[in-house]
Amino acid sequence: MALDTVAIAKANPDTEQPFAALGLKPDEYASIKEILGRRPTSSELAMYSVMWSEHCSYKSSKVHLKQFGEKAVKTDALLVGIGENAGVVDVGQGYAVTFKIESHNHPSFIEPYQGAATGVGGIVRDILTMGARPIAVMDPLRFGPADAPDTRRVLPGIVSGVGGYGNCLGLPNIGGEVVFDETYLGNPLVNALCVGVMKHSDIKLAKAAGAGNLVVLYGAKTGGDGIGGVSVLASETFESKGPAKRPAVQVGDPFVEKVLIECSLEIFAEDLVVGIQDLGGAGLSCATSELASGGSGGMKVQLDKVPLRDPSLSPEEILMSESQERMCAIVEPSKIDRFLEICKKWDVTSTVIGEVTDGTHLEITFNGELIVDVPPRTVAHDGPVYNRPLAKPAYIDQVAKEVINPPLPTTAAEIKETILKVAATPNLADKSWVTDQYDRYVQGNTIQSQPDDSGMVRIDEKTNLGVAVSTDANANWSYLNPYEGAKLALAEAARNIATAGAKPLAVTNCLNFGSPEDPGVMWQFAESVRGLADGCLEMGLPVTGGNVSFYNQTGTTAILPTPVIGVLGVIEDVRTRTPMSFKDAGLELFLLGATDDNLSGSEWAYIHGMRGGIAPTADLQREMRLIELLLSANKSALFAAAHDLSQGGLAISLIEMVLRHGVGAQVTLDKVGVALLSETPGRVVVAVKPSQAAELEALATKHSIPVAKIGTTGGDALVINDANIPLAELRTAHTETFKKLFG
Amino acid sequence: MKIGVVTFPGTLDDRDAARAVRYAGGEAIELWHDDADLKGVDAVILPGGFSYGDYLRCGAISRFSPVMEPLIAAAKGGMPLLGICNGFQVLAEAHLIPGALTRNQHLHFLCTDQAIRIENNSTAWTNSYSKDEEIVIPLKNGEGSYQCDDETLKMLEGEGRIVARYVGENPNGSRNLIAGISNERGNIVGLMPHPEHAIDSLTGPGDQGLGFFTSVLKAMVK
Repeated sequence: MALDTVAIAKANPDTEQPFAALGLKPDEYASIKEILGRRPTSSELAMYSVMWSEHCSYKSSKVHLKQFGEKAVKTDALLVGIGENAGVVDVGQGYAVTFKIESHNHPSFIEPYQGAATGVGGIVRDILTMGARPIAVMDPLRFGPADAPDTRRVLPGIVSGVGGYGNCLGLPNIGGEVVFDETYLGNPLVNALCVGVMKHSDIKLAKAAGAGNLVVLYGAKTGGDGIGGVSVLASETFESKGPAKRPAVQVGDPFVEKVLIECSLEIFAEDLVVGIQDLGGAGLSCATSELASGGSGGMKVQLDKVPLRDPSLSPEEILMSESQERMCAIVEPSKIDRFLEICKKWDVTSTVIGEVTDGTHLEITFNGELIVDVPPRTVAHDGPVYNRPLAKPAYIDQVAKEVINPPLPTTAAEIKETILKVAATPNLADKSWVTDQYDRYVQGNTIQSQPDDSGMVRIDEKTNLGVAVSTDANANWSYLNPYEGAKLALAEAARNIATAGAKPLAVTNCLNFGSPEDPGVMWQFAESVRGLADGCLEMGLPVTGGNVSFYNQTGTTAILPTPVIGVLGVIEDVRTRTPMSFKDAGLELFLLGATDDNLSGSEWAYIHGMRGGIAPTADLQREMRLIELLLSANKSALFAAAHDLSQGGLAISLIEMVLRHGVGAQVTLDKVGVALLSETPGRVVVAVKPSQAAELEALATKHSIPVAKIGTTGGDALVINDANIPLAELRTAHTETFKKLFG
Repeated sequence: MKIGVVTFPGTLDDRDAARAVRYAGGEAIELWHDDADLKGVDAVILPGGFSYGDYLRCGAISRFSPVMEPLIAAAKGGMPLLGICNGFQVLAEAHLIPGALTRNQHLHFLCTDQAIRIENNSTAWTNSYSKDEEIVIPLKNGEGSYQCDDETLKMLEGEGRIVARYVGENPNGSRNLIAGISNERGNIVGLMPHPEHAIDSLTGPGDQGLGFFTSVLKAMVK
């Protein structure tokens, strides 16, 4: 195909262009023409199509996401907020921590291993781009029914991809989720979170300032993989029939990324870059336009200088390629020699492809011909904004009327059967089959990982400063009430942090939904964002960034609304953390928080095929009092152990506690069925020495949190009222499920 | 006492190995794969990771790195050398110890707290342990199944060169539950599990891995 230059575009205004095949709507194509005052060249069209995709432009979500700014919490802890590659939070002692979560859902369905692997790779580069050393990853995953044939295709590949990439990067995997629900069949969710740490002075931003500074592309060579990944793949609904989209999935090489990380950190340490951007979704189109808009806007790029894996790639393909493991840096001419020298040390390919100008346009040439001449902000930031129609779906009021009354155990035999069933059900069963495929030890700073309530890593070996991260979503509640569901997920993530003794500091999110073109889905999304923004404001936690993944639906069936909320907390001395379980007999077990008999959205109701009912209402004031209590108890070393209650209620929390160190417990419960299976939010089980029971009760009274003694630790069984469940039997039930399902 | 820790491109556990050396009371010295200089160290650790991305075969490319030439000569002369995980694979590829590490029998990467028995406590790296002492340290690899021919196996068993053996279920299909072996002289040890990740109970399953690092310091004093 002949090169389509700016001159040709001017001379031939009526050439027909394949905008629809690239995922652009007619009115979007018209506004590109209006911006440029002519038709775009084919290269410009390629850039706009990927950058104006739902995935990159947030065109359907922007009007809602601005609440995170409007309802922003006043805090000094936030060093870099929404809009950069990742938010940055001050955690004290001169350290800054950056964390972010992103989705890689569609690619992981098409090609599970590579989709999941490059999901990890992408988020790690976002964190690196801020100037931070990546220190840990987490992966909330969601699949169709555990026994569905397609789950057996998708799950092993995704787990292996997460492990294969993360392990090879030397990043400990410190937690996540594995959840099964039929709505994720055909739309598995692969969310990946990365945490990084740096000193305040090391923060880097994506800006191309200073005319004459050089634009350097370094890392892997550019290939033909991932072309249109963000547009035709991530931003459209899967049709049950249609062409395979495999070429739109990127292929990753973690070794190249590991070397890129070490090389970049050495470059950062010598302060050799003015600005930096990784190449992820939308590749060079994104990196050049975002860097240029971060400065004055002027940049010249010679596209023919880009090193290629496949010399036959056209300029349009080079601009759209999402080949992994690439970075783009802005470097002062006086520092370029040292920059290239460090790249050479690490055997990293690096090429000067352009320079910053004092103009206002991004100009890209190919073999001397001008093929792109655009104001970069119009590509990177001034994309279309849609106020899409939204309407409360009819199901909401219907399911609210359903009576949720699954059978509840009363006799000893029923209690035992219930406990074994809860222990073995795929959503609550032991996840070692998954997490044993991830390296949790590398870097030598992992304090907590699965199955703890949160992941925790030490960031300073001398002072023992550490951070904790938890990700949570309760899609069952979000389905019943997306506003409350988002708040409840936030509360749960924060509680998980505080249970270990870390203070919640900041929030990130990954909002997974169906098609925004469906008014019902759009309503779920709007309600979720409103709930999260209100919740963060009330709890005083800033939102540092996030990610929206739409079009998670097949045909007209959307996934459950799944806002995954990540909360980061800080702990001054990781040695003082509160563990999730006890090693000693003779401790007293207490339940903090009141239990009600609403089973709507609970795992027990789900097991019995009941989806409806009314979600709990989030009481964030009570949650904050509970967090205060947990932190205060951690300071005075009151708890021998503390474990959060969430999906599966008290039943699964007790199971996890007794199995952790093989120390049993005797528990006495009134209304035993509800007590074990209700998922009333805002509850924690704690273990204390008998001599400290009074201190606990006084602390609970001080924070107005109900407290009740439920039992004592010891023995080799979990005894609940008259039911005796030997630990060996319980362990078998809890650990066999995944082995049976996945081999 | 200076203990060198080699970094290849793709090495991951180099900082962990250096930390373990410090915890044991030694001085850790960074060695770079591309630099044929041992910087006067008294012993060397080849740490875990995916050197050169495990391209071709694990350890196959690293063994040709410039640092390997003086290292192989020094080890043949008696200098203590420990290869952990990927380092074990490099030792096997360099023929400093016999056999090969192959894909785990179950074909999965496995990260677990593993019990091993120290069967030979006379090597430079295990003299802090008592004979047949059982310890728990992390095992984490995709290609940790030790294989060799019958004759080699007989020789290793006969000469007491099985330094450590897995206790309980075989985690990866290694012949005779082999977790680690030594060369004839006992100064070179290849070990699949990771003692450097078990130097305190805060970050590991316990501190029972520290003995490997105190052992070499003791060996050098002698």
